[in-house]
Amino acid sequence: MKSAKLKKLNDAYGEKFGFSMPEKSVLSFDFGLSKQVIADISESKNEPKWMRDFRQASLKVFSGMKMPSWGPSLAEIDFEAIRYFIKDTDVEKRTWDEVPSEIKETFDRLGVPQAEREFLAGVKAQYNSEVAYSSLQKELDEQGVIFCSMEEALQKHGELFKEYFAQLVPAADNKFAALNGAAWSGGSFVYIPKNTHVKRPLQSYFRINAARMGQFERTLIIADEGSSAHYVEGCTAPVYSEYSLHAAVVEVFVKKDARFRYTTIQNWSGNIYNLVTKRAKVLQNGIMEWVDGNLGAKMTMKYPSCYLVEEGAYGEMLSIAYAKNHQIQDTGAKMLHLAPNTSSKIVAKSVSIAGGTSNYRGLVYVAKAASNSKSKVECDALILDDQSSTSTYPDMKIAGENAIVEHEASVSEIEEDKLFYLMSRGLDKTEAITLLVAGFIEPIVKELPLEYAVELNRLIELEMEGSVG
Amino acid sequence: MLKIKNLQVSLNKKNILHKIDLSVKNAETHVLMGQNGAGKSTLAQSIMGNPNYSVKGELFFVEQNLLELDPQQRAALGIFLSFQQILEIPGVKIYDYLKLLYKKSHGKRLTPLKFKEFLKERMALLDFDEEFLKRSLNHGFSGGEKKKMEVLQMLVIEPKLVILDEIDSGLDIDAIKAVAKAVNFLKNEKKSAVLIITHYSRILQFLNIDGVHLLSKGQIVKSGGADLVQQIESKGFANL
Repeated sequence: MKSAKLKKLNDAYGEKFGFSMPEKSVLSFDFGLSKQVIADISESKNEPKWMRDFRQASLKVFSGMKMPSWGPSLAEIDFEAIRYFIKDTDVEKRTWDEVPSEIKETFDRLGVPQAEREFLAGVKAQYNSEVAYSSLQKELDEQGVIFCSMEEALQKHGELFKEYFAQLVPAADNKFAALNGAAWSGGSFVYIPKNTHVKRPLQSYFRINAARMGQFERTLIIADEGSSAHYVEGCTAPVYSEYSLHAAVVEVFVKKDARFRYTTIQNWSGNIYNLVTKRAKVLQNGIMEWVDGNLGAKMTMKYPSCYLVEEGAYGEMLSIAYAKNHQIQDTGAKMLHLAPNTSSKIVAKSVSIAGGTSNYRGLVYVAKAASNSKSKVECDALILDDQSSTSTYPDMKIAGENAIVEHEASVSEIEEDKLFYLMSRGLDKTEAITLLVAGFIEPIVKELPLEYAVELNRLIELEMEGSVG
Repeated sequence: MLKIKNLQVSLNKKNILHKIDLSVKNAETHVLMGQNGAGKSTLAQSIMGNPNYSVKGELFFVEQNLLELDPQQRAALGIFLSFQQILEIPGVKIYDYLKLLYKKSHGKRLTPLKFKEFLKERMALLDFDEEFLKRSLNHGFSGGEKKKMEVLQMLVIEPKLVILDEIDSGLDIDAIKAVAKAVNFLKNEKKSAVLIITHYSRILQFLNIDGVHLLSKGQIVKSGGADLVQQIESKGFANL
């Protein structure tokens, strides 16, 4: 790609998604990680002793753990150059009027109209490290649904919080889960009571808005028996030159007969390492669906998983990875069949352009106890030029009897005859390619809430304008 | 409008068309007939600018040298080709696609309400169910539905020159009438020129024919009026 074009693209990108507001932190800690920094975080959040101990124990685990030996290189991450906690506003805002105008402006530029927000079941916005604004609709309260920041949940729903916190992703799971355990801040807590159906999506917006800031949010979701809900998180981030780290942990408990969908669209700026551990535990006849779109970041490593631990449990993963300008999207899913008659489906689509790399890395495990289980994996990669690449690393471990496991993978390029067909109708090359790319990811995009689908298609258009030619 | 002189076309260094001469004027309808493999589709694809073919000779449309233009530029001049092999484009919603085609070909947008009315009117000409607007372009369509979809795109673009490559193959008589109606509409309203490639006279009885050309082994071996169609029908290609 010509560098002038690249610059133009980056400027446009910066204008549309990469703005940043002046930092105005009430309380900031120094760079780097130490027992003291972690203790300061606990102190500032007025945490109970068990959480203080958990953080310190996690720090110990983190220090003793090696970086992952597989996957793309993470050698450039400098843990000492990261600020581990920034609190932007000292009090959590209750009403829209009380929200600082800067933050409102941020939302405006994200293109979320006020009217639309009113339709949302509840908006949680994470501005820097903590929830800056929360509006819980009456309807949620009446249903007994809890949707609040993790900090608030720890204070107000301590027993429930403690029962589930870190039960699925313990600190020792991996180095970044340990880091999150030590430094976590912000994120959402969701509890859906038995037989309760939340009709509107629970929505949150995350932003990283300070240079060299690590963001370690943590989300904990419990969908009780027979309940259903949809949680949506979307991210855009400002462009900064220094490396930033996003190491989040998400835990979802899907009880008997419950159904939960977790949708993520991430569009981090090109300097961010996005390393996220997402895990769901699904009980009898429960359904867990991950919908995951990774568009930005310098590197993404994310493999949401479903532990299908009781009979009839179902896990699904629909994902789109979009890698451009030397980005690495190393994503996939893990489906662990641990009980009879469990089933799972993975559909992973990737688009690589202008030197981007998309890898699918996944695991389907069918334990001996998981007889009559089914799994279907479908990976489709689209490569737009010679500089880009894609790989597939599927891992299958099948021990259960009568298991049906299918894996299909395809790598394709833009077909010249389709390009000619569309150009013969008057479309220029960029428009034709944009249409073909949009068509390729459409099966996943149609699963997104409308505003995300529209935003995603607009983003693809913008990307293509700068990259094809 | 369309002027072809001494046109030679090859594919993978194999000569397919030699010395083609053909002229089509405003609001005229010409028919190109010939056996399979005679080079009919090659001519159509060459006029549209398929990059797989290498083309020599003269190819002019509205005084512009088409050989210097890419397919998109040829389309912008007002040339439209209905493909014989119609490709499926999954995931591309027909309504959005047609909206884009309209904007590109007319240089402006209609309000959503007006555009819907416009589409409704054009689809009625073809007896085409509006439910199709929600589907993906040609994806999972039957052969006949794909042909109608090509004609609908033609009606949205309103081109100056329409090339229909075996549009009538696999269509029942009602569908053939509908396609002929659409072509006549364009001819009457927009004075469009038409070049129609076919094996059969069925569709031709619904159109006013100005010229018929018989293509054989890469050359036009006979040209004439509408009566040439009858001769071909009764004697067959080989005996002319």
